[in-house]
Formats: sequence, structure tokens, C-alpha cells
Amino acid sequence: MLAADLLVAQNIGFGIIALLMVVGALRVVTVNNVVHAALWLVVVLSGAAAQYLLLSAEFVAITQVLVYVGAVMVLFLFGTMLTRARIGAENDLNNKNWKIAIPVSLLMLGVMSWVIVDGFSDEKLIENPGEMAQVPVQLISDDIFGPYLLPFWALSFVLLVAVIGAIVLARKD
Amino acid sequence: MLTAQFLLLGAVLFCIGVYGVLARKNAVMVLMSIELILNSVNLNLLAFSVRHGSVDGNTFALYIIAIAAAEVGVGLAMVLLIYRNRRTIALDDLSEMKG
Repeated sequence: MLAADLLVAQNIGFGIIALLMVVGALRVVTVNNVVHAALWLVVVLSGAAAQYLLLSAEFVAITQVLVYVGAVMVLFLFGTMLTRARIGAENDLNNKNWKIAIPVSLLMLGVMSWVIVDGFSDEKLIENPGEMAQVPVQLISDDIFGPYLLPFWALSFVLLVAVIGAIVLARKD
Repeated sequence: MLTAQFLLLGAVLFCIGVYGVLARKNAVMVLMSIELILNSVNLNLLAFSVRHGSVDGNTFALYIIAIAAAEVGVGLAMVLLIYRNRRTIALDDLSEMKG
């Protein structure tokens, strides 16, 4: 059964992209250069978009590319540029107690992996992968403007407040 | 495809993001680690969306993307403000509110 699973093309694609994402994420939190970290973050976010495509969520994948890889990355690079005198390697990007973070995150990973493997050990995501239907955008919009209309309004206000707040905070008096 | 493989990938990304938030001193790097955490949550939501045959997970993932964009905008504005006042964005140095 395991061999049959491994032969599915989606699984091979998942493995390659997952490896890229994990390596990229590790580089984001270990590299000594803020600009390099931002570029590794692009790898992780693009990999996430590819995984969303594997999960047949095209609209979310495209939104991910537009918002994260497009807009958020530019914001990060602007932030880096505006807050740093020089672009290059820095030695003091970690705080002095950074070693404590390693056992904390490993412990979290251990507990979460144990729970996940315990709960979903060999459960298939979908019984017949051939019938994994694309999610039509119409269904998503029916969902947003139907049962989830109130969160949508709240989100609009959050975005408005964020825009006003960012302008007020960054304004030079 | 198994459910657990997507959830495990999400867990690994989440823990790497938590490590980044705890270990990094530079405020921009902490914001990047928060983006890793939000993406792992999105991965979980979409996996469960497929598993339950429901479209709700996609909606939540879109909401989270929008919230993340707002968070980065305000966060970077705050970082710029701190930099303008202090000439540094090392979070260790911001200790005025320490009891």
C-alpha cells in the first residue's frame, strides 16, 4: 500500500516541494543576511502556493502569489532597506538566549507530530484522488458573501484601520 | 496523498517559525518568522478543506492572507517608527516597559 502511494505523481511532487520549503524555512531563520532571508522566504511562500495547487485550491494559490510573493515581499525589502545602513552579513541577528529556542521548538514539533501521527496515521486525504474536484471560485464567493459576510466586513475594517494606522505611524511630522 | 503529510509539513513550518520568533533579534526577521507560522496554518486549513469536501477552508485561508497583509503593513510601520526614534531595531534594546 505504501509503494502504491509513493507511485502517485502528486506524492513525488509533494515530497520535492516540501523538502524545498523546509530547507528554505530553515535558511530564513538561520541565515545571517536579512535580504537573503527575505529571498529564502520567497522560496517558502512559492512552495506553499504550489502545495495549495496540489490541494486543488487554485484561487488561494494565486492570491498567495499575488499578495505574499508580490506585495508582502516588496514590503519586507523596503523595510530592510529603510532600517539598515548597510546591506550585507550581520553577526548579531540572534538574541543572546537564542539557544533556548531550539529545545522549545523541537519539543513543540515532537508533540505536534505525535498528535498528528496518532490521529491521522494512514488516513487518506481523499479516497479517490482522481475525483478531487477543483474548487470553483463561485463557491468561494458564495461562502464569503453568504455565511461569512460578517467576518468579511470585519476584515474590511481591519484593512482600513491598518492602512490608516500605517500612514499615521510612518508619517514624518 | 495522506492527510498527515500536509499536517506534518504544516507542523514543521510552524515550529521553524516559532524558533525564528524566539531566536531572532532583528524585528524584520521576527515578522518574517510570523509569516512562516501563518503559512503553515493556511496549509492545514486547505488540507482539512479537501478532507471534509467543504469550501470553508479556502475562505478562511483567504481571510488569513488578508489579515497577514494588514499585519505586515502595520508591523513594518511600527518597525520604521522604532528605527526612526532609536536608530536600531534590535528587540533586546527595547526594554522601557520592563517591570
